Amino acid sequence: MKRAHLILALIGIAVLILAPIGQKNYIIYVLCSWLMFSIAAMGLNLTLGYAGQVSLAQASFIGIGAYITSLLTLAGYHWVFGWLAAMGATFVIGLLLGYPALRVQHHFLAFVTLAFNTIVFLVLRNEEEITGGSFGLVGMPRPEFFGIKTMPQLNFYYFVLVLFVISAFVFWWIVHSPWGRAFKALRENPIRAESLGVDTRRITLLAFAIGSAFGGGAGAIMAPLVQFIEPGSFALIHSLKILLMVVVGGAGFFYGPMLGAAVVIILPEFLRFTEGYYLIIYAFLVIVLMVYSPSGLIGLGSKLMARFRPKQEVRKDMAKGAQL
Amino acid sequence: MTDTVLSIRNISKSFGGIHAVRDVSFDVQKGEVLGLIGPNGSGKSTLFNCVLGQLKPDTGEVRVNDQTVAGMRAAALNKLGVGRTFQQLSVFPQMSVLENIILAGQEHQGTMATRLFGPSDAGLTAEADQMIKFFRLEHLRDEMAGSLSYGQQKLVDAAMAFMAGPSLVLLDEPAGGVNLTMLANLKDRLRAYNREHGTTFVVIEHNMEFVMSLCTRIIVLAEGAIIAEGTPDEIRSNQQVIDAYLGG
Amino acid sequence: MAEFIQILISGLSAGSIYALAAVGFTLLWQASQTINFAQGEFVMLPAFFVLALTVKLGLPLPLAIILAIFLSVLLLGAVFKKLVVEPMIQHGTLPLVIATIALGLLLKEGVKEFYSPLGQPFPSLFPQDVLSVFGAAVSIPDIANFVIAMGTIIGLQLFLARTRTGRCMQATAQNPDVAQILGVDIKKMVLYTFLINGALAAIASVLITPIYLAKFSNGEVLGLVAFIAAIVGGFNQIRGALVGGLLIGVIDNLSAGYVSAEYRQAVPMLLLIFVILVRPQGLLGTSEGRAV
Repeated sequence: MKRAHLILALIGIAVLILAPIGQKNYIIYVLCSWLMFSIAAMGLNLTLGYAGQVSLAQASFIGIGAYITSLLTLAGYHWVFGWLAAMGATFVIGLLLGYPALRVQHHFLAFVTLAFNTIVFLVLRNEEEITGGSFGLVGMPRPEFFGIKTMPQLNFYYFVLVLFVISAFVFWWIVHSPWGRAFKALRENPIRAESLGVDTRRITLLAFAIGSAFGGGAGAIMAPLVQFIEPGSFALIHSLKILLMVVVGGAGFFYGPMLGAAVVIILPEFLRFTEGYYLIIYAFLVIVLMVYSPSGLIGLGSKLMARFRPKQEVRKDMAKGAQL
Repeated sequence: MTDTVLSIRNISKSFGGIHAVRDVSFDVQKGEVLGLIGPNGSGKSTLFNCVLGQLKPDTGEVRVNDQTVAGMRAAALNKLGVGRTFQQLSVFPQMSVLENIILAGQEHQGTMATRLFGPSDAGLTAEADQMIKFFRLEHLRDEMAGSLSYGQQKLVDAAMAFMAGPSLVLLDEPAGGVNLTMLANLKDRLRAYNREHGTTFVVIEHNMEFVMSLCTRIIVLAEGAIIAEGTPDEIRSNQQVIDAYLGG
Repeated sequence: MAEFIQILISGLSAGSIYALAAVGFTLLWQASQTINFAQGEFVMLPAFFVLALTVKLGLPLPLAIILAIFLSVLLLGAVFKKLVVEPMIQHGTLPLVIATIALGLLLKEGVKEFYSPLGQPFPSLFPQDVLSVFGAAVSIPDIANFVIAMGTIIGLQLFLARTRTGRCMQATAQNPDVAQILGVDIKKMVLYTFLINGALAAIASVLITPIYLAKFSNGEVLGLVAFIAAIVGGFNQIRGALVGGLLIGVIDNLSAGYVSAEYRQAVPMLLLIFVILVRPQGLLGTSEGRAV
């Protein structure tokens, strides 16, 4: 089982290495954008999918990360410092945003995070002296590592890919560690978890902090990728978009957010011929998906697999027998 | 150090004008299986919640392993060596049986750092497998806990309560809703565990048959006070107890 | 002082319309645990029904409004419940939240593509005259909006409290199991709730759209305001949603006048966070009694 996962991951990485070769700059840009959003969605998947804490503020963490990185790199510091500062700051802010989750849950929590996102947007827009206001910040340099420039699009892609693989590995490590088990326990039955010695307060705060730090990391990539950031890119609607990525892909599944991000970022490029109708079709398909498979595309996949695979009838009978 | 695991001293608790528990005191020694019984509204749930630290008694004190539990969070109480089961089903449905049981032990291993950077099972797979074997759940080890039958989930719940090697386990209506075959199995396992590990149990239960055959000592509550205390045989023949149950 | 009264009245007027949307939002939550993220779009859409009927089909305005309300009840009420909420409700809250987000997007993009991406002038229902009250300039539409919106909510309250159907609806919202045992047709009652929400959205739409232009993106702000009003007032109380709506309207206008135009939007948000943390059941709400 574990071996199969490893092989799958290696094949995936190989495909990602080969994917941009011979492609136009724009396509490579879209792929970079997908990897970047996958990292942000991974973070939300940890907070929401694994730990069960609703957050509608992931875009604001991308924003905070992007602005911090931009300001530092524009001031002449190397990108790595921007990246570290972005992750560190979003970790701390995420931790603070987690405090309301200790008091309120579900829809209330959703609205606190929603309000937080709006406030971050307003600060970014209004504090012109630092953030450049509605005009945003431009001209962030792309970093250079050991003499290798990431300015060419293909080089930048491999730079993003490395960060993506690191993030995915860290994510995998966390969700497969005892922490990951504690996150799931928090999602499934917080009272029982607490009675088994799980410090649910600490775990809740960590779920927010780590998830947000992934958002900050994504923002640190966005700054040199787009080389232009403005508050509108981090408005509430983008948090909802990331939520869509997570749930459409499959919340609580490792590959869910990557798949979801692909649907939101890459699919539109293939559906360009539908012009303005794309979003309508997309929204319609999301509703249909939610009706048929609330656990997202991964859930849909396993549903279809189960249909074609013969059931292990023996075991089911045993379960029945024990019940009688 | 004495062998007193749980000590309850002069506990009183009232809600509004109703005295749910009045001046109750008793000790539970290491290895005892104590049954706490009484008609509905006799105050046993209130008392139980005081022991769990979830309710703060108006007067008196609850001590577990010589430490007061007042104001203690559930996780801290668990670290102090108190395991518990719940009335309603309390497993983690979308985790396998093995994962459920590993979770029950992992917070007692190492630190936050070792739980992040150390092995993913916190070194507990072997121990968890033993626990699974003890509760005869081997064939269900990798099944999702939520897909198990009611009685099987009760067994998983019990196994989780024991995983951290507690000195005291509180069982909240363990027999509720469990069919007869499963009940015999559960009783057998609880007894065996008590015999092998000397763990102290406190059991709240309505099912008389179950309590009488499981417990070594029984305390009967009525209207918030202890009306009788003794071995199952003594309780069975106690006129006051019969009156309390039959006379309402 | 005159300026303050002016701001207060226009705030109450806007707030009463927000309250319409918030009350509908609250009703849906009570009846079926639906958090409708498309509520803003529900208020945006009926104005386009009116425009389509008057501009494209040449119907007179009053008839168009009545037809628009009817269409909203049908589409945003019955069809929404049948096709979106009903199949999803057993999956829990999150998939439904996602579906309503997608529905909001669908409605927004649909209007943009099939009607117009530009703001459309919307006929005003009342004369634009201004009255002088104690030296404050008060516009007739403001007063008319307030009266109609409040009248609708009071009428709804009376319906819920005084009629048999209304009481059955309340029973369903409070405890569906008991209601069913008492012989209430709870499915029907939930359906009525959705129909009422459709009607409330349409009324709010017709009242608020003349203030702005009819635009596909109107729902973004309106939806947010409805949420905040509902939560600040108390998620499980119609009275709460009413007070919340009025409060947000007044606060919004006051902060535009006295705080700063830039951070005007932040004030309701801070109020929201404050209320959720200090009094999660809302100003007038009762605790939902979480079982432990």
